Amino acid sequence: MAGLYPAYPRQTLTALQTLASKETHRYMRIWVQTLLPPAITMTLYFVIFGGLIGSRVGPMEGYSFMEFIAPGIIMMSVITNSYTNVVSSFFGAKFQRHIEELLVSPTPNYVILAGYVAGGVGRGLCTGLIVTIIASFFADLNIHNLAVTISVVFLTAVLFSLGGFINGVFAKKFDDISIVPTFILTPMTYLGGVFYSISLLPEFWQHVSLINPIFYMVNAFRYGVLGSSDVPIVIAYTLILGFIAAGTTLSLWLLNRGTGLRS
Amino acid sequence: MNALSLRQLNKTYPGGVTALRDINLEVRPGDFYGLLGPNGAGKTTIIGTVASLVRPTSGNVEVFGHDILRDPWEAKSNIGLVPQEFNFNQFETVAQIVTNQAGFYGIDRTTARERAEKYLRELDLWGKRDAPSRQLSGGMKRRLMIARALVHEPRLLILDEPTAGVDIELRRSMWDFLRRMNERGTTIILTTHYLEEAESLCRGIGIIDGGRIIEDTDVRSLLTKLKSQSFVLDVTTPVNALPALPDFGVLPLDERTIEVEVRGEQTLTELFSALNAAGVEVTSMKNKSNRLEELFVRMLGTGNPEPQSETA
Repeated sequence: MAGLYPAYPRQTLTALQTLASKETHRYMRIWVQTLLPPAITMTLYFVIFGGLIGSRVGPMEGYSFMEFIAPGIIMMSVITNSYTNVVSSFFGAKFQRHIEELLVSPTPNYVILAGYVAGGVGRGLCTGLIVTIIASFFADLNIHNLAVTISVVFLTAVLFSLGGFINGVFAKKFDDISIVPTFILTPMTYLGGVFYSISLLPEFWQHVSLINPIFYMVNAFRYGVLGSSDVPIVIAYTLILGFIAAGTTLSLWLLNRGTGLRS
Repeated sequence: MNALSLRQLNKTYPGGVTALRDINLEVRPGDFYGLLGPNGAGKTTIIGTVASLVRPTSGNVEVFGHDILRDPWEAKSNIGLVPQEFNFNQFETVAQIVTNQAGFYGIDRTTARERAEKYLRELDLWGKRDAPSRQLSGGMKRRLMIARALVHEPRLLILDEPTAGVDIELRRSMWDFLRRMNERGTTIILTTHYLEEAESLCRGIGIIDGGRIIEDTDVRSLLTKLKSQSFVLDVTTPVNALPALPDFGVLPLDERTIEVEVRGEQTLTELFSALNAAGVEVTSMKNKSNRLEELFVRMLGTGNPEPQSETA
């Protein structure tokens, strides 16, 4: 594959550390825009849907409504933030043209991808941790399976960082970086079983829900936290890993072609 | 081994515009090479291709013997690029921009910080190291791009219109800096619209027009192609009382100023001998226009196809 330079592992690692560190600094520097809003929004979710409305909804799948929605809300924040971080940062680099700093350097394409994904995963996990801490004030979260919980949230952050990267590659104007999160990602997340169990839906809509990949991720994470899921988690892992493989391949192909980057 | 070799380089953009046509160019190590041409001639496309920002349709680019596609790490590590437009992160500090750039070339953090300090001091930006780059003046931003391009200590420095829009003082200081870099062994290629800049700095000159190199030579050889030069002389004798100078074309400009054309085979000594013999005292003299500029205009004009037949 073009762009692999195995002869310089130390320098390649330094380039990766530099980019990952730069991306981390970026979202930390603007924490008021990146880390604070999800904390406030998710607190409102817990207060309104979990506390005020949830107390009248009653238990779901044997758990209090607050306990049931907490994993979904955590995943929602991870998905949104990992995606948004990469698409914003990468498009911003294209827009200001400082992506050229990377393109003229010998940094391999897979390192460019890994660096941006590292930034997205970092912000996704930071946000997830913040929301988890907030959730712990509202619900009694006893982690059922730590390995599943951590691996699912990590892999989901990787997957949506890749999604943000692909969006950033194709984006030509600022509108293009908000279309996917607004019109695709948010509806899919809301319909991915964050606030309800699929068993509440009519049979037809249960089948429709099964084609939504976010549904599997939310349920796999809910399994890790609560021990309950609407679907087998093996299917969830298979889907997540499959999408990551496809997203990585597509991203590297786009980078190697220079799509949206090199004329 | 050349610092830069371009062979049969062609670039046609997706819209069908052909920017480069069979470009062959070799720049020797240690050279100070100027790439001249009108807007849209293909200068920035050549630089973009060498810097991997533009994908060539066909042809090869080698930097110090390393093919830019086959040995990208070696080739790119040897290049420092100062682009025409500001292209750094406006929200990062000066030090962050330079240090991170070193990291992208695989330079460890400690060395990167030392190098950043060295070049920021040299370019008089150390005092601004913690300032966000957007707060810098235009001249400082341009110097920042030079520091960033040098932090990995490339052997080939490429500058695309480095002094465009900067004031005379800064232009002169940048010329001095580039001369020092060249004396230290860095090969320099620059594009410029300022022909005075090219004549003052460069030893090698390439003229590009319509995507083709129409001249590739050294400045001295190029200037010998001048058929004539015109000088503006301030004289003590009133113009209407001047005796005839039959061997020279003389054009009165005002009461005590004349323009004299000296042909290629004539010398200034001959001109001054003639003036002296006629009893004319000269108080000042200057070239009517930059010599390279005269050549440039002639070569790109339709009136004189001669140099175009000498395409490299």
